[in-house]
Amino acid sequence: MRETAAERWARRIVLTLLALFVLVPLYVMLSSALKPLQDVQGSFTWWPRRPTAQAFVDMWSTVPLGRYLVNSLVVSTVAALFSVTVAIFAAYAVSRYRFRGRGLFSVTVLSTQMFPGILFLLPLFLIYVNLGTATGIQLYASRTGLIITYLTFSLPFSIWMLVGYFDSIPRGLDEAAQVDGAGPLRTLFRVILPTAVPGVVAVAVYAFMTAWGEVLFASVMTDEGSRTLAVGLQGYSTQFNVYWNQVMAASLVVSVPVVAGFLALQRYFVAGLTAGAVR
Amino acid sequence: MSTTTPSRDVAAPERPARRAATPTDRRSPGRRRSLLPYLLLAPAVVLELAIHVVPMLVGAWMSLRELTQFHIRDWSTAPFVGWENYRVVLDVDSAVGAELLHSFGVTVGYTVASVGLSWVLGATAAVLLQRPFRGRGVLRALFLTPYALPVYTAVITWSFLFQRDTGLVNHVLVDQLHLLDDRPFWLIGENSFVALLTVSVWRSWPFAFLCLMAGLQNIPGELYEAAAMDGAGFWRRLRSVTLPMLRPVNLVLVLVLFLWTFNDFNTPYVLFGGSAPEQANLISLHIYRSSFKTWDFGAGSAMSVALLLFLLLVTAGYLLVTNRRRNDA
Repeated sequence: MRETAAERWARRIVLTLLALFVLVPLYVMLSSALKPLQDVQGSFTWWPRRPTAQAFVDMWSTVPLGRYLVNSLVVSTVAALFSVTVAIFAAYAVSRYRFRGRGLFSVTVLSTQMFPGILFLLPLFLIYVNLGTATGIQLYASRTGLIITYLTFSLPFSIWMLVGYFDSIPRGLDEAAQVDGAGPLRTLFRVILPTAVPGVVAVAVYAFMTAWGEVLFASVMTDEGSRTLAVGLQGYSTQFNVYWNQVMAASLVVSVPVVAGFLALQRYFVAGLTAGAVR
Repeated sequence: MSTTTPSRDVAAPERPARRAATPTDRRSPGRRRSLLPYLLLAPAVVLELAIHVVPMLVGAWMSLRELTQFHIRDWSTAPFVGWENYRVVLDVDSAVGAELLHSFGVTVGYTVASVGLSWVLGATAAVLLQRPFRGRGVLRALFLTPYALPVYTAVITWSFLFQRDTGLVNHVLVDQLHLLDDRPFWLIGENSFVALLTVSVWRSWPFAFLCLMAGLQNIPGELYEAAAMDGAGFWRRLRSVTLPMLRPVNLVLVLVLFLWTFNDFNTPYVLFGGSAPEQANLISLHIYRSSFKTWDFGAGSAMSVALLLFLLLVTAGYLLVTNRRRNDA
């Protein structure tokens, strides 16, 4: 099919506009991070007239960014690892076994996606606080509490995506392993998981991103010591001043690794999404 | 939670049967009675119960109690008030009910506009990137970036763009294009809805793009060739080949976008610093703020449960309608 000249130009114009829509905020993030404070407080300029990396130095002391970063890293990494592990077992069961309650499980797990977070925020808040006073197990304002909460957030989607991956692995492989005497768990670890590595990694990155970006629970369930980046970045706005250059510098630093990881794995996401959606 | 130790006992007696299994044997009755799948599911079920289902039930219980600041310390003994909380929050003549109704209206408008725009932008980009050309990979990665960016960094950046005196939006509109004489406020008053919607679309259209692009890849090229041989132009091919083939993806995509957008808390919370103007006071934020402002968790829970019931109804209706149409076709 040949493209007409009009079609080609329409395509170029529309794609340029979309690219600008996406790019401009990203560009502002970068260019403002390179400006001194006075320049982000005056009227907007496209180009940093006096470029400086000072904001990247100052941002660590204006707020305890290092501590927030560590909190976010610990919470997101541990939540992602647990989430993937739990999802692997569940997805294996859903993909390879027909059992009573299979349909109910899939529906229930997926429907937790639709619940407004606010619905279980208040009860969970009270449960965590009371558990602390009753048993001494500190879940409120602790990283453990956040980890447990977050690992369930990514779980439904992780299971869904992994079922899609596992379904695409031919059952002949399972059966060959079983003929060699491998039990179900051995089959999972020796045959299915090695084949599904890209999917497992994509799911892990997804779980990490979910935890890294969560705001609602982070703002209620943390204190100064356990605060994550999601809440911590708001510390650059004081009553009198907003350190926009430092906010942008910090945003850049916490975004680049996540975005890079996602872009590197995006084609596995696409595969997982189609596997799930078409079913 | 140990899944390995008990499963070994369960799996062992079964193994001979499995060894003889053929592919169609997966539905055999002996297999179905196995405990193994349940053990594999147990961790996921326990976690979902602990963090989603039990708190939800507790929330429903809370919504029937007088759970104000006087009872919150010892909330398990809060007095039972029956439907009183629901009566207060759903009574549109009361101040609480009127605010909730207003916030609900804002949320519906926000959701419809955001999902619609996100779908249009996502579909446009997906269709235009179907044909290979130089720079396609770069554009594809670029378009996905807003989806990968952590919510709060994206929204904080936009709140900088929308600043009245130092932001890019007013600089472009007022100083460069001279479209406006006055510098408008974007994060206060009527414009705040536009600002909120812009940020929301910026963040969610890449997800539509991602799903639709995946859907397009599944359409066999022969369909297009056949359509082109029949003399179908661009629009005709779009209408007769692309859209029908994308239907399964669209059904899921629209539902997921709808639920995410309707429950959106992050965008207004970060954009407005927690106190959203009334024109942009989405329902999640409204429930959060009114609960923690008055410490009336009973009323907050009643609003949450009402919201969930609404979402369940809409989802059930949506699935019914789309399924029926699929069966008719």
